[in-house]
Amino acid sequence: MTGDFAVWVYLSRTPLLWLTVTLLAYVVADRIAQATRRHPLANPVLIAIALTAAVLELTKTPYATYFEGAQFVHFLLGPATVALAIPLYEYRATVLRSLAPMLAALLVGSVVALASALLLGEALGIPRDVIIALAPKSVTTGVAMGIAQTLGGDPTLAAVIVMLTGMTGGILVTPLMNVLRIRDMRARGFAAGLAAHGVGTARAFQVNDVAGAFAGIALGFNAFLTAILAPIAVTFLR
Amino acid sequence: MILSLTLILLAQLLGEALARATDLPIPGPLIGMALLLLFLVLRDRVPRLAGRVLAPPLVDGRLEGTGKGLLAHLSLMFVPAGAGIVGRLDVLAVHGIALALVVLVSTVTTLAATALTFVAVSRWLAKPKARS
Repeated sequence: MTGDFAVWVYLSRTPLLWLTVTLLAYVVADRIAQATRRHPLANPVLIAIALTAAVLELTKTPYATYFEGAQFVHFLLGPATVALAIPLYEYRATVLRSLAPMLAALLVGSVVALASALLLGEALGIPRDVIIALAPKSVTTGVAMGIAQTLGGDPTLAAVIVMLTGMTGGILVTPLMNVLRIRDMRARGFAAGLAAHGVGTARAFQVNDVAGAFAGIALGFNAFLTAILAPIAVTFLR
Repeated sequence: MILSLTLILLAQLLGEALARATDLPIPGPLIGMALLLLFLVLRDRVPRLAGRVLAPPLVDGRLEGTGKGLLAHLSLMFVPAGAGIVGRLDVLAVHGIALALVVLVSTVTTLAATALTFVAVSRWLAKPKARS
C-alpha cells in the first residue's frame, strides 16, 4: 500500500500524468459526442471539463499542479488561432462574396451582445462592477479579461463568465438555428463565433468547414469591435 | 509538419510582438492569423517564385493539413482553462442566478440577432430586382 502511494506521489507531480488525464478526458468526451452523433447537448468541451474537474476534485490536486501538465495543451490555443487563416483562405471566394452580410451581422451582433448584457444586468439589479465583467462576455478570454480590467471589473469573474457564455452558445447554437430555420452555414458559423468566441468556433468546425471559417472571422472582428464599443457602452451605466 | 508548425509559430510570434508594440486591443495570435493569411495570399499570387523559394511542405498542401489538424481538435484546447474555471465558480456565488440568466438570455439574443441579420442582408442583396 505504501508502495502504491509512493508511485502516486511521484506521478501526481509530473506533467505526464496531468497531460495524459487531459487527453484521456477529451478522448472519452469526444467518443460520447460521436456516440450521440454530435448532439449539441453532448458538447465535448463541457464533458471533458467536467471529467477533468471531477478527477482534480477527487484526487485533491491543486490547479497549479494540474496546469504543469495541461499547459502543453493550453499552449496550442495560440497556434490553432493562427491556423484559422487556413480555412479562411480556402473559402476566400465565399468570404469575399459575403462581405456586406458579415459587416452588418458583426455590427448588429456586437451591439446586441453588449447592450443585452448591460440592460439585463441593470434590470436584475446586478451591481455596476459585476456588470462590467459581464460586458465583454462574447469575446475571447484574453481580450475579455483585458477589457474588464481596464473598465474596473474583476478579470477572473470576466473569464468565468466568458467560459459560461462559450458553453451556452456552443450548446444552443444548433437547436436555435434549427428553430429559426436558418440553414445558411455562413450565418450559423458567424453567429457561433461572434456570440460564443472559440468554444462556438470549435462547435462550428464540428458541424461544417464553411461554418468554422466564418466563426473564425467573427471571433476575430468581434474581439476588436467589442474592445472599442465596451468602454463607450459602459458610460451609459448608472 | 515541423516546418509548417514553425511557420505557424513564427506568425504567432510576430503577432505577439506587433500586439505589444502597437498596443492594439487584439491578441497576438489573431494578428498572427492575419499574417498567415497574408502569407497564403502572397504565396499563391506568385506560384512560380513561391515554388522555387519556399520549401515543398509550405506549397504542396502540407501546411494546410497541419493547420486543419490543429483546428480539428480546437475543443481539446479549452479543457485546461475550463477546468480552472470550475475551481473559480465561487466568484459567481453572490449573483449566480442573475448572472446565469443574463448569460443565457443575452447569448441566445446575440446568436439570433447575428444570424438573422446575416441572412436578411444576404437575401436583400441577392434579389435586387424582386424588391421593386
